[in-house]
Amino acid sequence: MASVAATLVESEESGSFVLAAAGQWLVTTAAELDRRLRAVHIPRNQQVTLDLAGIERLDTAGAWLLLRTEHELAAQGNVVEFRNLRANLAPIFDQVRAGGMVAPAPHPRPAHHTLTGFLERIGRISVGLIGRVLSLLSFFGVVCIVAGRVFLHPRRLRVTALVAQMEQTGVNAVPIVGLLSFLIGVVLAYQGADQLRRFGAEIYTVNLLGVGILRELGVLMAAIIIAGRSGSAFTAQIGTMRVNEEIDAMRTIGLDPVEVLVIPRLFGLMLTLPLLTLCANLLGILGGALMSWFALGITPPQFTRQLQSALYAWTFWIGLVKAPFFAFIIAQIGCYEGFQVARSAESVGRLTTLSVVEAIFFVIVADAAFSIVFSILKI
Amino acid sequence: MSSADLTKEPIIRVRGLVNRFGAETVHDGLDLDVRRGEVLGIVGGSGSGKSVLLRTVVGLNRPAEGEVEVFGRDVWAMSDPQRRELEKRWGVLFQDGALFSSLTVAQNIEVPIKEHFDLPLSLMDEISAVKVGMVGLPEDAGEKYPAQLSGGMRKRAGLARALALDPEVVFLDEPTAGLDPIAAGAFDELIRDLKTSLGLTVFMVTHDLDSLFAICDRVAVLVDKKVRVGTLEQLLNDNHPWIHSYFHGPRGRAAQHLEAAAGTEQSAPSAAPV
Repeated sequence: MASVAATLVESEESGSFVLAAAGQWLVTTAAELDRRLRAVHIPRNQQVTLDLAGIERLDTAGAWLLLRTEHELAAQGNVVEFRNLRANLAPIFDQVRAGGMVAPAPHPRPAHHTLTGFLERIGRISVGLIGRVLSLLSFFGVVCIVAGRVFLHPRRLRVTALVAQMEQTGVNAVPIVGLLSFLIGVVLAYQGADQLRRFGAEIYTVNLLGVGILRELGVLMAAIIIAGRSGSAFTAQIGTMRVNEEIDAMRTIGLDPVEVLVIPRLFGLMLTLPLLTLCANLLGILGGALMSWFALGITPPQFTRQLQSALYAWTFWIGLVKAPFFAFIIAQIGCYEGFQVARSAESVGRLTTLSVVEAIFFVIVADAAFSIVFSILKI
Repeated sequence: MSSADLTKEPIIRVRGLVNRFGAETVHDGLDLDVRRGEVLGIVGGSGSGKSVLLRTVVGLNRPAEGEVEVFGRDVWAMSDPQRRELEKRWGVLFQDGALFSSLTVAQNIEVPIKEHFDLPLSLMDEISAVKVGMVGLPEDAGEKYPAQLSGGMRKRAGLARALALDPEVVFLDEPTAGLDPIAAGAFDELIRDLKTSLGLTVFMVTHDLDSLFAICDRVAVLVDKKVRVGTLEQLLNDNHPWIHSYFHGPRGRAAQHLEAAAGTEQSAPSAAPV
């Protein structure tokens, strides 16, 4: 752009105060003009003329500055008159005037740090939490009813969707679940051996590995990985469908979204998580066994013999029996949060994060509950 | 209707444009000039690549072949400072407004101002309020978030953001689709006023025949992977089958009648009342 300059000259003529505006009244010069206009002091109740003859270019920012000046002067009792506006600039002037003297929108309030604000926040969060628990419970009820219906009428089960879900959440997750469990086995064997060596009880590393992985770590690792991998995917998929109004479309066509979307995901995950747990157990033990061999010199035959003596049949089943429950929690929360998505893309992201955090939280809570139950049952 | 200045060199110049998606060729050797101060309407059947053309010109879609120049500079061969300079001079309205969902409407409008100019906060708030009024949004729309607005309102808010810097060129992707006829009419008028006072150039993808007849100086029709550009009179006499059925179909005829009626009532529609 060539010369970017705007001027404002004050003068007086026959009892009238004249402001002569000239040059480029554009957004590029608006900051300077704003300052200059604010600095002009005009006595109350005087006739004011704004001479616009010199204005070469005018945009909405410039027009606004002129109109704001008029508005403010009129408010303090001055009679204001515009003159000599070039004809080709008149429409923009009229457009801005027609827009009206709109009060600027207030900015969203930042979180306030007063005591009452703090209490208000706690209150809101608590009430919100109760509401969420209730609505999660109601979703749980709906899912149970629909699941029951599908059990009674197995033909309603969408087998293709079920198999597709099992592939996505199960088969495709084998490498990552396997690899991480293997590494956990390695770490556990190494750390366990390090501590147990002080007592000359290296061989008990095998017991630690067997019990630790089969009872707790295998199923927990699998569940946490799946919560991050598939729980989040459930929320994002269903959430995106809500944003696109696909869920509403289903309802109008007569499809039950819970039956179509939730049931295949729920059943699919409940079938695959036990299998993934099995895979996690095997690879965890394998990793531990290899580490014991290299670091402690426990040969594979020794390892298996010690493992057999360390485990009851129950140890394996205790870990495995938890898997379908964890799967239920993950699928339930993932789908629930998906249905909570409002019609904005932003809420998909927020609820996806929330769904992962909640799913992992509830999986660990459930695991603790299982531990208590098993200790009461003395198994 | 004041015609564009034919003597000046084009503000947008597209030469030999080829766009391909996989095996499908959307544009094949397309040439197009947009002159300063004109309103150019882009029409074409669904899937004929109207939006792709717009995205290519604003530098969002890299063409397979061809040159795209805006203000005499190749969009794909400019330095970052040049690109920033260019961004100050254009505004883009996307189909659904493309507002930033985490910001209020007023804040959305302030984004380009904040990015390119150093204005006092209060003045920025005032300017954004002016834009809100200009595009015909209600007064309280400024403090709302995009998710709280209807589709038509989001579109107007998007237009307000595109116009935030009073650009020289605006790119509009179906600006009147989804607006009620009154709002669409007000939109046409807004564009016409901005054109008169700011010398605004408009590159508008549209299906709205009323808009075409009311404000477009020239129309580019996307047919056979190229464009055919002309004034409405020229295109009305074009005997390409698609163009013929577009302008002479029942809706095209209705829009023509409407425009003819308006023309007799008010002989010079663009002469601005002063």
